[in-house]
Parts: sequence; structure tokens; C-alpha cells
Amino acid sequence: MIRSTLVRAIAVTAVLGLSVTACGTTNDNKASGGKSSAACGKNLAFLGAETGDAGALGLNMVGGIKLALDEYNKKHADCKIGLKEFDSQGSPDKAPALATQIVNDDTIIGLVGPGFSGESLATGKTFFQAGLPSISPSATNVTITQQGWTTWHRVIGNDDAQGKADAKYLTTTAGAKKVYVVDDAQDYSKGLASVVKTTLGSASAGYDEIQVKQTDMSATVTKIKSSGADAVFYGGYYTEAGLLVKQLRQAGFKGTFMSGDGSEDPAFVKAAGASAAEGAVLSAPAAPAPSDFNAKYKAVNNADAGLYSTQAYDSANIFLAALDAGKSTPEDINSFIGSYSGTGASGPISFDSKGDITSSTIYAYSVKNGALDTANPAPIK
Amino acid sequence: MTNSFLESLGSGWERLRERYTALPVPARLVLLVLFALFFYALPIVRPPILTTTEIDFGGVMFAAAAFALVALGLNIVIGYAGLLDLGYVGFYCVGAYTTGVLTSYHWHWPFFLALPVAIAVTMASGVLLGAPTLRVRGDYLAIVTLGFGEIIRLIVTNTSWLGAASGIKDIPHPNSIGPNPDGPFGQHGLFSIPHLSWNGIVPLIDSNHSTPFLTFGAVDAIPYYWLLLTVLILVLIGDRLIKASRVGRAWEATREDEDAAELMGVPTFRYKLLAFAMGAAIGGLSGSLYASGQGGYINPQSFPLLLSMLFVAAVIVGGSGNRWGALFGGVLVAYLPERFRAVNDYRLLLFGMALTALAIWRPEGLIPPRRVRRVKQVEAEIEELEGGTVDV
Amino acid sequence: MNFGFLFNNIVELTITGLVLGSIYALVALGYTMVYGVLQLINFAHSEVFMYGTFAFAWVVVFMHGTASASQTIGGTIGILVVALVAAMLLSAAIALLLERVAYRPLIKKGAPKLIALISAIGASFSLSEIMGLRDRITGWVGLDDNLKNYVAKARDLYSSPIDIQPVNLFSIGDYQVTDVDLVVLVAALGMMVALDQFVRRTRFGRGIRAVAQEPESAALMGVNATRVVQGTFLIGGLMAGVAAALFMIRFGSTRQDTGFIFGVKAFTAAVLGGIGNLRGALLGGLLLGVAENYGSAVFGSQWKDVVAFVLLVLILLVRPSGLLGEALGKARA
Repeated sequence: MIRSTLVRAIAVTAVLGLSVTACGTTNDNKASGGKSSAACGKNLAFLGAETGDAGALGLNMVGGIKLALDEYNKKHADCKIGLKEFDSQGSPDKAPALATQIVNDDTIIGLVGPGFSGESLATGKTFFQAGLPSISPSATNVTITQQGWTTWHRVIGNDDAQGKADAKYLTTTAGAKKVYVVDDAQDYSKGLASVVKTTLGSASAGYDEIQVKQTDMSATVTKIKSSGADAVFYGGYYTEAGLLVKQLRQAGFKGTFMSGDGSEDPAFVKAAGASAAEGAVLSAPAAPAPSDFNAKYKAVNNADAGLYSTQAYDSANIFLAALDAGKSTPEDINSFIGSYSGTGASGPISFDSKGDITSSTIYAYSVKNGALDTANPAPIK
Repeated sequence: MTNSFLESLGSGWERLRERYTALPVPARLVLLVLFALFFYALPIVRPPILTTTEIDFGGVMFAAAAFALVALGLNIVIGYAGLLDLGYVGFYCVGAYTTGVLTSYHWHWPFFLALPVAIAVTMASGVLLGAPTLRVRGDYLAIVTLGFGEIIRLIVTNTSWLGAASGIKDIPHPNSIGPNPDGPFGQHGLFSIPHLSWNGIVPLIDSNHSTPFLTFGAVDAIPYYWLLLTVLILVLIGDRLIKASRVGRAWEATREDEDAAELMGVPTFRYKLLAFAMGAAIGGLSGSLYASGQGGYINPQSFPLLLSMLFVAAVIVGGSGNRWGALFGGVLVAYLPERFRAVNDYRLLLFGMALTALAIWRPEGLIPPRRVRRVKQVEAEIEELEGGTVDV
Repeated sequence: MNFGFLFNNIVELTITGLVLGSIYALVALGYTMVYGVLQLINFAHSEVFMYGTFAFAWVVVFMHGTASASQTIGGTIGILVVALVAAMLLSAAIALLLERVAYRPLIKKGAPKLIALISAIGASFSLSEIMGLRDRITGWVGLDDNLKNYVAKARDLYSSPIDIQPVNLFSIGDYQVTDVDLVVLVAALGMMVALDQFVRRTRFGRGIRAVAQEPESAALMGVNATRVVQGTFLIGGLMAGVAAALFMIRFGSTRQDTGFIFGVKAFTAAVLGGIGNLRGALLGGLLLGVAENYGSAVFGSQWKDVVAFVLLVLILLVRPSGLLGEALGKARA
């Protein structure tokens, strides 16, 4: 009795299933039935961290993209472009599945992102095999452009450029004779710090590694003091940078403290305390935003612009410029990007054959009078 | 009220099992095959309520299957042998890194050759971890294993031979069947299986998106999911066989009362070590498959302590000691935050509260093993006979 | 392996290690007392500590405003004392809440210790996530504008606007001992002595020891076990609050996950010294702080945490009862 009910149930479901699938075999996907030349109503995608520990950076980037889209849509009221956001939480785990979702979405014509180097490495092949062009506003790891992914580009100088410039700044402008290098063992941090160390050569006084989320740096401070270094370079992010410089100053260290773009954020001053942060130099491969940028950004996003906002704005604008030039297929957009040359809010932009930005000036931002001076950095020549 | 819902979940499961065992063997086999086929077909069919809209469903299914496999392994350690392991992510990490090192970073073995070596290495690490620590008391064991999980992660982060913080990239995928041209166009695999897209409740065959059978590329997660699912089924069968053998009985005896088991001649230490080793092997297997997954990239960030806690939560919430409960818990923990991405932020908070709530009201989990339900039934009957509990 | 560096700087490494270790010791007290009385690892004690650090920072923001300032301890002693009291109160409150919600139902049921540990883990995550989601929570209630300074970017570092500048007092060898160092060391030692006396000499303290030794006999002798358990959590919370204040004075910033790794290390310290033993908590904490510094000096700071975990594993394998071995119940009268 049980058996026959079950069998009947299975049979009925199977028949229903078959009959239903027989109903439609159309691929009435308008979007895929030949790309329309106008590419209107399509979307840009953003892949990066919008929540989680690094969420603030992703939100800065989304703000920049939204500003660019807002300006474009005002000029092209009949042919608007939208934005689809994919939150990876900064971790390379979820990124591949999100990448697959992006490439399977036929309304997406290009990707601004991925935000971080880890995600870029995990998804580069996916976008390359699917032929979707991408421009990253912030992933600086050197090895990404060595993978042969011709669809991958970035508008920011990579760690090689930044590290070399930082080392030069320390030995020339800051006049340091012995520089102690510290990093937090993460991919970006180590990449940057090792370039600095190599460039410093004999001026390097020593090297130590700390952990992310470490609060007590007394051992590292002791090492720095006893090495007789007159400058410290930290590769990493603003939280640990702030805590390190604070404890350094408390221990009586008087030399120059320098860090990279991961620390170039007003939160560095909060973490360090105003007096310890005074005089610290934070480098970034981005020029200060044009004076009206923050006002425009605030009008669209109701928040202040932050790190990587201008880069994201420029990345989105390159895609929009491609659309303006009449390109609408991924291959056309990709070749447009490859041959693009222009000036954006973050500086002059053009790409080399590997996807790196051809020239990138590194700027040194200083902390003066208890605040990070974002308007007057010194370019490092 | 919630209690009776949970009760009905457990008893519903019981009734399902009874009806299933009442069937003759050929009917059971057919049902099993259909059940398995359903899961294979899931990412192709993409049913409207289950499918995830903001993230690739195939990728989510892959993650869910990986979690389920890990939960199965951890279930052996926690559920069968009664050892609370808070550092299980260490085994996952060892499996992934062994595969990465063998196939990409230092040597270039093909994936299916590296897989058994990864399992063996992880198993060895399980024995190495277990041998000195299993003599330690239950709650201390939990903290020691937590320490070990962290030690493994820190070693991997700081050792350049293992890729240090940059991790290992370009991990090759499992070997494909059928032609595999390089670009996105051209014939892949032996044949292509088109996905279904839904228009309300009417399915349509979407021939623009299809999955080749059987190519492991960087774009489609579904073949990886199928591979993982096959492995999961094999491990499930193995789990069943071992639980029903004298090993499983020894585990049960050790878990319930170690001293009595020793007195009865069960070499408890050896069996505990075996449980650890088997759990480690399964963890390593899952890690290995994860490493050669779609992204082909692993770095130390992917193995945080948090993941250990989620694994434990999966087993406990699902029902520790019941392999189906563990599977269910694993799928739940991996799938729900992706399905409801809006609540993704609250994921940890919800799991934390669920753990505490379950620990207080239903420590046996959502789908507890049969013996626990029987014990609770008996206790409830006794309580009734005695006219209610006495409050001390 | 850099032993030369270690020997050249041994004074500085030792003193800074002791300072860190005193904070570990105060947190370890909470773990050790709860374990002594209930044989329960209070996994969520790390969050008790974390809430204390936030209470301290919030009070400073409330009394001083968000403007950055650099002051010595002497200059801001008023604000610091109020913040200290606030930290102690909030930590104690969280500890009591924890006991009531996550543990009491299980203790009443006589549930196995592993279940209690699971409940503790869940509580730990819930508490730290609530702090990490405070911007959302205040958003629902509509208070996010008023409380902006206290909520900030929820998952980011939250700093006390008053930057405590240490004053050099005297030197030992090459190292200048500062007032912050002394304050932390003396405070930790002082609280330890006070607690020790409390447990030894007062009636309530005897009750704690009685329940730790034999809960049923204690109940027969008229000791209210529930009150004793509550008191144990309360004391642990107060100690964690002091530790939180000292932590903020020394480091100045906190985050919702500050408690987590700190808690594991504090638990290691408790086990090292002998869990259930108050003096063991002090010894274990100081030892751990110094060992971490020495390990960092010799191997490199990236191995700092590994040192702590390896110590934990070694102690549990070689001498599970810890260095001082005695349990709370067996303290001499």
C-alpha cells in the first residue's frame, strides 16, 4: 500500500516535470539575442568588500562609481547605465562564485574591481575566460598583471612603484640613514615592505613582522630602538600602523614614521593619537582629488569621499567613455580600455600591455596639526 | 511552541526513516538514486525558491557541499567519539595546502595523484595532534585543539615555503573529460547540459548558459560541485559502514562512559585516535577539493578560527551523532547566509544566538541520532509517571 | 634565532612583558574563578573584557568630547577614575547577564560541560557581534545620529580621544620605567592581593571556596549556591573591568574582536598557573607576557601568538594541573 502510493507519487511528479519543460525551450533572453549597439539599460558591476572589517574601503569605491554613473545618466537621460554590487567581504573565498554570477549576467558589460588583490587573484581567470573586461581601483599586488589576463586592468600604481618611491623618499627627502621595515605578514603589506627593503639596500637597519589585530608591539619597539634606526617604514593598514607609531613615540623614538596607502586614512590619526601621528608620512599612488570632487561626491552619496573613491570614479568613467565611443561588446570595450589615454580625478591614466597603469606618481601625505593633510601632498620624484 | 516544532522535526524524521526501512530493497535503491539525482540536478534546474539570486547558485552549492563534507568528518570526532575539536579548520588547511604545494607551488603533480597524498598527510597530522592530546580532559581538549588550529594557520602565514601571506595560486583543476579549448567559445567536454531559467513557475531551457560535461574551468562551479557530491556520497557510505562495525560500537562505548569501556576491554585511546585520524582525513579531503576549486587560489585568510567555530556550529545545530543531521547542519550554515544575503552581516550573530539557544533548550540539535531521541522519550515517560520533576 | 638581541634588551623586554602580563592576569582571574567554582570554561569572558574597554572609551568621549588630546595620567586622573568605574560596572553587568542567560539554565539541569562550552561559544559570538553591529542596532532604534560618537564605524578601531602620554620616572638599566608601567603593575598586583584576602578572610569568600570544594555539602551548610555563582561571575567581571581600563590606558584603542585573542591568551595564563588558583592566575599572566616578548625577540614578532599557544599545549600535556597546581577549594584558610 505504501509502496504503490509512493510509486504513484513519483510517477505523477515525473510526468508533470516532463510536460512542463516541454512547454518552453525558447531563449527569449533579449539581452543575449545579439548585443544591441546602444548598450542602454545595461549595468556595470562592482566586486569588493562592502561589509566586514574592510567594508569602509568598498563603500568608498561604490560611492565613486555612483558619482560617475550619476553624471553620465544626467547627460544620457534616455540611455542610462546601472550598477550591480557584489559584496565579497574582502575574502577570496566567496569571490569565485560571485564572479561566475557576474559573467553569467548578460546585462553586465564591465567590472569595476575587484577591490583587493586576493579576490583579483582568485577571480582573474574566471573573468579572462569569460572575456569580461575589468578595471580595479585598488588592487596593487604586482603578480596579478603577470598572469596573462588581458582583460584585467588597474588605475592605481602597483606595489613595486610605491615601494621604490617610498624608499627613495626616506633616504632622500627624509634624510634617513637607517630604516627599519615592519609589515603585518599580509599579502599586500609584505609585497610593499619587501620592495622597500630591497630598494633600501644597505640603508635597511632591520626587519620585523607583526600580526594583524596585534595590540602590544613592545618587542618590535624594542628591536627598532636597539637597531639605532632613524626611520621606520610600515607596510600594512592604518589600525596597526597607528598603534605602532603610538607605542614608538611613547618609547621615545624620534625618527620619521612612514607607511603606504593602506594607512592613508584619517583613522590612522585616531588610532595613533594626535601627538604620535604628528609628522607621519603616508604614501599613496593617487593625487589629491580635485577640490570640487568631495562636494560632488557628498551630493550623490551623503558621505565624504575616502581612499580609492577617485580611482573608482575614474575606472567607471573609462567604461562610460567606451560606451560613448560606440563600443558595446566586451571585446570592443576591452580594446578601448587598452588604448585609452586620458586624465581622471586621480591623475593621468593609460595602460600598458599587461594592464598596469603606465605612469604613476606616488604622493607623500603628511599628518600636520593632528590631521591628515589630504590636499597638499608632496609628489615623490 | 518552538519546542514542539523541533520535536515534530525529529519525530517526522523518525517516521520517514521507518517508512523507508519498511520498503523492500529495490524500491529503496530507486529512491536513493532519485534523491541523489535531485541534488546533482539542483544547480542545473535552479528552482525559484531555492536558487540564490545575487551569487552563483552552483558556487553556493559547491560551498554547501564542502561544508557538509567537513561536517561529516567533524561529526565522527564530536558526535561518534565525543571529542570536542575546536581547531578542525587546521585539517582543512593542511589538506588544501598539501594539494597546493604538490600541484602548483613546488611540484606539478596532477590533481588526482595529489589528492590521496593530501589525505594521508592530513591523517598523519591528525595522529600527531591526537597522540599527545587525547589523554587530556574533555574541555581542555577543546582549547588545545583550538590552539593547534591557530598554530597551523600561523605557520602557514609565516612560512615562505608554503607561500606565506600571498598564498598559492594557479592550483590546477581536476582533469576534465572531453576536449577543452582555451577560449570561452568552442566545444567543451563531451556534451553540454543547458540550465533552466524560470518564468514564474514555468521552466524554460536557457541554451545560452550551459554546463559542459565534464570540463573543469574557471567560470563554471557546477562540475566541481558534482565531483564533490560524488565524493560526499562515497564518504557517506563509508561512514555508514564504519559506524555499524565494531569501530563504531567502540566509539559509542568510549563516548558514553570511557572508564566502563576500558574495563570492558575496549582500547579507548586507540579508538579515539582513530576517530581523530578519520576526521582529519575527511577534513583534508574537503580542503583538497576546495583548493583545486574554481578559484584555484588559497591563502591563509581562508582558514580563520571563525571557520572552526562555524564547523562546530554546523554539527551541533544539525544534530551531533547523526550523519544526516551533520549534513543538514553543514548545508544550513553554508547555504542560508548566501540565500539571504541581506542578513549576511548578521550571520555570526544569528549563529551565536542559535548555538546558545540550542545548547540550553535542545542540545541534541535539530536532527538528533536515534538513541538520543529514545533516551528523551524514556525520560519524558518517566517524568510523566513520576508526576513532574522535583525542583532542587 | 636572535639570542643576542634578547640578552641585550632583557630589562626592557621583561618589564614591558610584565606590564602586558598583568593585564592578562586580571582577565585570567575571571576564567580561573569560574572554572574553580563550576568547572566551566567561561569562553565568553573575553567579551566581558571587551565591553569594559568600550565603556572606558565611551566615558572618556562623554566627559571630554571627541577632540584629540594628549595628557599624562596625572592630568586626567578625574576622567580616568570615572572611566575605570564605568568599565568595572559594565563588565560586571555583562558577566551577570551571561551567567543568567547562558549558564544558569544549564547548571540547573546539570548539563554536561561540553554543552555549557557550546553555550559559552554562542554567547561569546553573540556579544561580540552585537558590539560589531552597534551602528545597525542604533540605526533601527533611530538613535544613530545622537550616538554617532559612540558608535562610529562599528567594525573599525575605536580609540579613546585622550592619548595618555607616559611620564618617565626612573631607569633600570637601559630602560626608562614610565608611570603607565607602574600604574598597571601596581593596580594588577593590588587587585590580586585584595581578591586573595577577600576569598580567604570574608564569609562570602569562604562560601566560594566551599562551593568550589563540594557544592552539595556547602548547600547543606547553608551556603546559597546560586548567590555564590553570581558573586563569582561578578568578581570576575569587576576584575576584567579593571583590566579593560588598564588596557585602554596603555594602548588607547579597542575593537569588537579585541577580546577574542586576548581571552584565549588569558585563559592560557590561567591554565599555566593552575586553573582554579588565584595566585596561579597572576603567575601565569606575568609569565605569559614575558614569554611572549622573549619569543618575539628570539624568533620574530610574527611568532608571538604561536609562543602562547605552544606554551598552552605544552603545559596541558606535561603538567595539566598548572604550575601552582592548587585548586580554589583547597586554598589554605
